[in-house]
Amino acid sequence: MRVLRVPPDFEVWRTMAREALREGWAPEQMDFQDNTVPAPMNLDLSSTESPQSRNIEHPFVPKTFLESAKLGAVHRDSDRWNLLYRLLFRLQRNRELMRVEIDDDVAHLKQMEQQVRRDLHKMHAFVRFRKIEEADAAGKPQEHFIAWYRPDHRIVPLAAPFFAERFAIMRWTVLTPDETMSWDPEAKALSFGPGVGKEAAPQEDELEDLWRTYYGSIFNPARLNPSAMRNEMPVRYWQHLPEVTLLPVLMQQAESRVATMVTRQSRQPSAAPFVPEEHTLPVLRAAMPSCKGCDLYKYATQVVPGVGGAHAPLMLVGEQPGDQEDIKGAPFVGPAGRVLRQAMEELGIVDSNIFMTNAVKHFKFVQRGKLRLHQNPRSGELNACRPWLAAEIEAVKPKVVLCLGASAAKSLLGGTFALMKERGVIKPTPYADQVLATIHPSAVLRARDEQSRDSLYQFMKDDLALAYSTALGKT
Amino acid sequence: MLSVQQKLEILADAAKYDASCASSGAKRAGNGKGIGHSDGTGICHSYTPDGRCVSLLKILLTNFCTYDCVFCVNRVSSDIPRARFTPDEVINLTLDFYKRNYIEGLFLSSGIIQSPDYTMEQLIAVARGLRAVHHFGGYIHLKTIAGCDERLIQEAGKWADRLSVNIELPTQQDLVQLAPEKKSTVIESTMRQIRSKTDEVEEDRKHSKFVPKFAPAGQSTQMVVGATASTDREIIGRASSLYNDYKLRRVYYTGFSPYPEADSRLPLRATPLLREHRLYQADWLMRFYGFKAEEITTEANPDLSLLDDPKAGWAKSHPEFFPVDINGASQEALLRVPGIGYRNVDRILRIRRYHRLTLADLRKLHVRLKLAADFIIAADHLPTVSIVNESARPALASTASEDLQLDLFAASSALTGSL
Repeated sequence: MRVLRVPPDFEVWRTMAREALREGWAPEQMDFQDNTVPAPMNLDLSSTESPQSRNIEHPFVPKTFLESAKLGAVHRDSDRWNLLYRLLFRLQRNRELMRVEIDDDVAHLKQMEQQVRRDLHKMHAFVRFRKIEEADAAGKPQEHFIAWYRPDHRIVPLAAPFFAERFAIMRWTVLTPDETMSWDPEAKALSFGPGVGKEAAPQEDELEDLWRTYYGSIFNPARLNPSAMRNEMPVRYWQHLPEVTLLPVLMQQAESRVATMVTRQSRQPSAAPFVPEEHTLPVLRAAMPSCKGCDLYKYATQVVPGVGGAHAPLMLVGEQPGDQEDIKGAPFVGPAGRVLRQAMEELGIVDSNIFMTNAVKHFKFVQRGKLRLHQNPRSGELNACRPWLAAEIEAVKPKVVLCLGASAAKSLLGGTFALMKERGVIKPTPYADQVLATIHPSAVLRARDEQSRDSLYQFMKDDLALAYSTALGKT
Repeated sequence: MLSVQQKLEILADAAKYDASCASSGAKRAGNGKGIGHSDGTGICHSYTPDGRCVSLLKILLTNFCTYDCVFCVNRVSSDIPRARFTPDEVINLTLDFYKRNYIEGLFLSSGIIQSPDYTMEQLIAVARGLRAVHHFGGYIHLKTIAGCDERLIQEAGKWADRLSVNIELPTQQDLVQLAPEKKSTVIESTMRQIRSKTDEVEEDRKHSKFVPKFAPAGQSTQMVVGATASTDREIIGRASSLYNDYKLRRVYYTGFSPYPEADSRLPLRATPLLREHRLYQADWLMRFYGFKAEEITTEANPDLSLLDDPKAGWAKSHPEFFPVDINGASQEALLRVPGIGYRNVDRILRIRRYHRLTLADLRKLHVRLKLAADFIIAADHLPTVSIVNESARPALASTASEDLQLDLFAASSALTGSL
């Protein structure tokens, strides 16, 4: 047996293999040993055998073999050099050998090639750079991106062109146990050095928190499928990935997150169970305080039912009771109510012709010290409270309903209603035949300046006038 | 004021219902002035516990939306936290993530704000900033807002690798029901504009290589499956006509899954992942195996079986077609054998010129013999059992599907629908 110790370098093996073919050594006579693996104790490099095959001066080396062999050569399989020699030797007799993919040797090389390609692909995917600030030769600060990675095979030189092209303008270094590679963006040059341990790399990067935020948010808990994840991202790669620290929490919470979503969807809050069948104002008024259709009753002082003419031709619907309304138990008695009443007075609107109520019957707020700050109702709360509003409309049977503000409009005219575009337009709805919307009087109070206050007030007054005259049949 | 981190949390969460995260199909060499290149194959930089690939930074510019599509988490009537990125925030996030090798690029979509044109202009501003100011060479996928001006499509395709318009739901009827502001005619006219622009540029580039490319990774679309009662036959037929009419690279099927603050008109449970997988298999049959859409299901059984993959299903109901001789049959016939993928068909055709294939050989090629054995003749093999057309099976499927959630059939089927 002729024994050769081969360093992890394809070109060295290639020279050895040519030599062996020229001298006529058959594969059974040769042992190309991987010199990164310790030699057996009884290693004897001297041999008395003589070559048993014909001499091959100009071996036939097809491109298909060369390409596969270059990739197979970086595989950690310690028997790879022998396999390559055997294939090369057999190719001299069977030129189509590489096409017979079911041949054991060919299949073995193809498999190694595939494993190396996968390893390369995974390295391109899973290297994670961390940024450090360092001083350049002149003492000026510069950015340097450093990663540590442990590939399965000796692929660093094969992986280098990818990083060099992609990150050509960055100064970067990839450290691995076998060797390190660095890129100098000014010289546009790669350099290689000896391998190092993980501790040589920076331990964190401030961007990693943001990356974890993204990773956690893009995950859909309703489709939990950890085995598919592990297939594509086997556990041995996890040491490189800052985002996997989130995995236990994400997987543990997935089920309960989905359960919560489904319960919320199936049990959307609604006042319907609390609304009595008889839709008359006294009955509704009496039933309203018992409503627990959504959570707002827990925090408000009291429920605020509508007031006004029992068969008023015009119904005004606000958003919800405010701080004053919540305490007094009546709608439109606070600052916004005063603005509304002023407009009604100016238009000569008779109180008994009006019924005033809100889309949501409880005050929603956040406590800030002694202040209770108004909060807009969410659409879930508008939907939950709509049965009360619908019952009031049925009880009063107004000719026209005027929504004050976007929330009331959302409740009766639908989610896509655009207040400033569509205000003052009378539309039929399932709740009443003639519904229109205008701005809420509190918008007048919040106006930026005198001028916009005047014009907002005018909008409201015009729409109110239109609603009133329509309701009285004077169009 | 929300921090970038808070916005990212909201706007990534809102984007996760878009299934596509592909970064393949466009080669772009490094330009030496900025970061980034694409080698055309696409890379998954991570995987989430749902088995999905994380290739791109997939976010919405904003989840404010004036539309009220029932199936969508971002509809105007939904009670979810809202946020909006500035174009610069998206540009910086993309570059920072890219430099650390977290991503292949950006997939930017958006809720409709103000108007389709305005929204599209905002998306384009991000892509233009990345390419023109930062010389970014990574992958960019822009959602195209249906109904936006043709001039905007033209500019979007100049910066982006891929454009996509979501068809959203399989039929026009579904759209009327669940997405009142969306019309399939508008969606399709935007697809048509993308296609004709692509054709135009392809023609021009034959004469001069200096004509800039237009969305070199083509266009794709997505439809939500299981939110409405549409059958698989309708879905496959729809996909087939989309592929033909607009030369789509991909149709993505995404099984409906529950999401926060969903409308009560929607189903309460997720569509089985297996149904999604079967649709991807059917899609593969059309694109790589020479099947026509109408062959894959029948009028009588318009839904795909959850038990059998669609190719096995077809084979069982067409005994007259089999057995197929591995060592003599045409490529078209080999492609129809269950358990043999299109790559293996190529291998078989290559190998049999030098060698008559046996069962052991097929096993070495990882042909799934359990499936294939009854349908083939090999050098040492004749099928022994007759092929039974088990007409009772589709009925079985509906009961079995309840607890049939095979891990093997994962979200990865969007990538490998190989049969």
